[in-house]
Amino acid sequence: MKLAEETFLTDDFLRQLINVGEVDILVGLPTHNNAKTIGSIVQTIRSGILRGFPRERAVIINADGGSRDSTPELVTGVSIDDVRPASNLYALRTLHSISTKYASSPASGAALRTILAAAELLRAKACVVMSPESVNIEPEWLSKFLRPIYDDGFDLVTPTYRRHKFEGLLITNLLYPMTRALYGLRIREAYPPEFGFSGRLGSQFLGHNVWSDGTDGAGVELRFTLDAIAGGYLIGQSFLGEKAHVERHAADLVPALRQTVGVLFSALEPDFPVWSAVAGSQPAPTTGADHEVLLQPLRVNRKRLREMFSTGVAELESVFQTILSPSTLAELQRIARLGEEDFHYPAELWVRTVYEFAASYRKSVISRDHIIQALAPLFRGRVFTFLMENRNASAEDVENNIEGLCLEFERLKPYLLQLWTSRE
Amino acid sequence: MREMIISELSQALHEIARGFAHFLPRLIVIVILAFVGWVIAYVVKALLRSLLRLIKFDKLSENAGASQLLTEAALPSATEMLSRFVFWVTWLGVILLGVRALGILGLQDQIARFFLFLPRLFVAMFILFFGLLAASFFSRAVLLAAVNANVPSPRVLSLALRSIIIVFVLSIVFEELGLAEQTMLIAFGLAFGALMLGLAIAFGMGGRDLAKRFLERRFVRGKKEEENEDELSPL
Repeated sequence: MKLAEETFLTDDFLRQLINVGEVDILVGLPTHNNAKTIGSIVQTIRSGILRGFPRERAVIINADGGSRDSTPELVTGVSIDDVRPASNLYALRTLHSISTKYASSPASGAALRTILAAAELLRAKACVVMSPESVNIEPEWLSKFLRPIYDDGFDLVTPTYRRHKFEGLLITNLLYPMTRALYGLRIREAYPPEFGFSGRLGSQFLGHNVWSDGTDGAGVELRFTLDAIAGGYLIGQSFLGEKAHVERHAADLVPALRQTVGVLFSALEPDFPVWSAVAGSQPAPTTGADHEVLLQPLRVNRKRLREMFSTGVAELESVFQTILSPSTLAELQRIARLGEEDFHYPAELWVRTVYEFAASYRKSVISRDHIIQALAPLFRGRVFTFLMENRNASAEDVENNIEGLCLEFERLKPYLLQLWTSRE
Repeated sequence: MREMIISELSQALHEIARGFAHFLPRLIVIVILAFVGWVIAYVVKALLRSLLRLIKFDKLSENAGASQLLTEAALPSATEMLSRFVFWVTWLGVILLGVRALGILGLQDQIARFFLFLPRLFVAMFILFFGLLAASFFSRAVLLAAVNANVPSPRVLSLALRSIIIVFVLSIVFEELGLAEQTMLIAFGLAFGALMLGLAIAFGMGGRDLAKRFLERRFVRGKKEEENEDELSPL
């Protein structure tokens, strides 16, 4: 057993890992105060292992960020007997369940690092990280993530979901089109809440210098995906079904931008040799549907979105002058003055805006975190237009609109390259 | 009588000529020193200008908000200003060192005071620059946070914070320079007090709306539902 990571793993955790020995399957479960949901999730995971991998050596690793609601005890307390009577399943090997507290406060980066280190120490062949918020998890999810890795040699399997057409707008309007245009691979969920990966990809990423950048590893899952693409690893997608709805608020937008756009922008600099050489995009091998869209009506306060956009453009003019080109800023100021009926933030202008933000982020024209925060009001304007365009749209229309935006990102990629390589 | 006048005049002329002859070498030395000092100052200025351009000092100054102040005052860029400042300090310093070495009475104390003042001047400039940088950073942070939280009048909040930091920095700068310390202390106290009073009044006036919104959210059902309308998950 390799003990390269003993510096940040506790002695007790290392002792437990040594007792487990080598494994074939590792399930990582990062938690923080998830007592309400974690019991059923762990039972489902165990059921999934018993159904899909009864002969393999498996372990569940819970990396806890200082829960005060007995979450770790619930993870380790669920026994095989809780699963068996309901599903009539029998384990041929002991299924270990280990919990460790990596810190007294949650940090997704530290949690993933703990799981990766455990995977490396246990020489796990195939691993999966499950979200403690996925309340609609099914036992089949384990196989959907792990089979392509265990049997077919994939290195990373990301999920695809059935989502409402207005859920995950930051992904559909920025993250997916931009990663697809720059890295050339059509990964729907590049920032996945749950994903599977091979032991070799985990070990390679563990050696990366992303753990000490002072961000507590926020958005490290996106960095993991981008690294896998840039490293030429075999990547696939698996359709899981409906995505569990997590209660979020408007104030969550800036942290979400930091975790996604901030990580993407910061990855562009080291990955420049990779993405600058890519033209067009290729679909990723997918098991099941590429995506599915739900269309039930949803009440959205569109007026407030537009107002926050207009206020942002007016109030942040001095900030935008340092980030955006004069023509882009002038166009934004023009549409900010339009009424609700005439308002339209076109795809081309949105793509130019995002690319200019990316180039300014690279040049650090102001604090990088301020650049990310300044994008929030503009994103709200784009969301307003997306909602208006797709108000009565069918699933096919929504997909066509997203595809159109993706192609716009691909078409304007030379503009980003031009901004990137220009001196000022 | 006439001979006496001529004698006195010629003696005076002799004295002037002797004095001039005595002073001329010093004058020549001073001119040479001034020239050497100019060359040294010019080289230092050129080197400093290249260095500042290399580290993109103008960009830093722009971020600090110092460039905006300079533009409004119709002054050259921050790089040019600092280069010129160092040029004049170097040139003047070399000349004064030369004059001191020549032992001209009456100037010794003034020159010593000038050289003692220089470190304080540099420290004051350092504080001013980084103070402006901090004012710019924190006021922008407040502006962005206020815009994203949909707080009314974000620019006023940002400007208030910027003013407080700048007033505070200026008071430190003047204290460092030892210029009218008492006056600056009183002026700072007055300005800071006035600003706080203004903010308190503004907060009180604006608070009416805030209290109204809070009560509406708490007791009016329809309003609460409207607030919950746009809970769209970005991820």
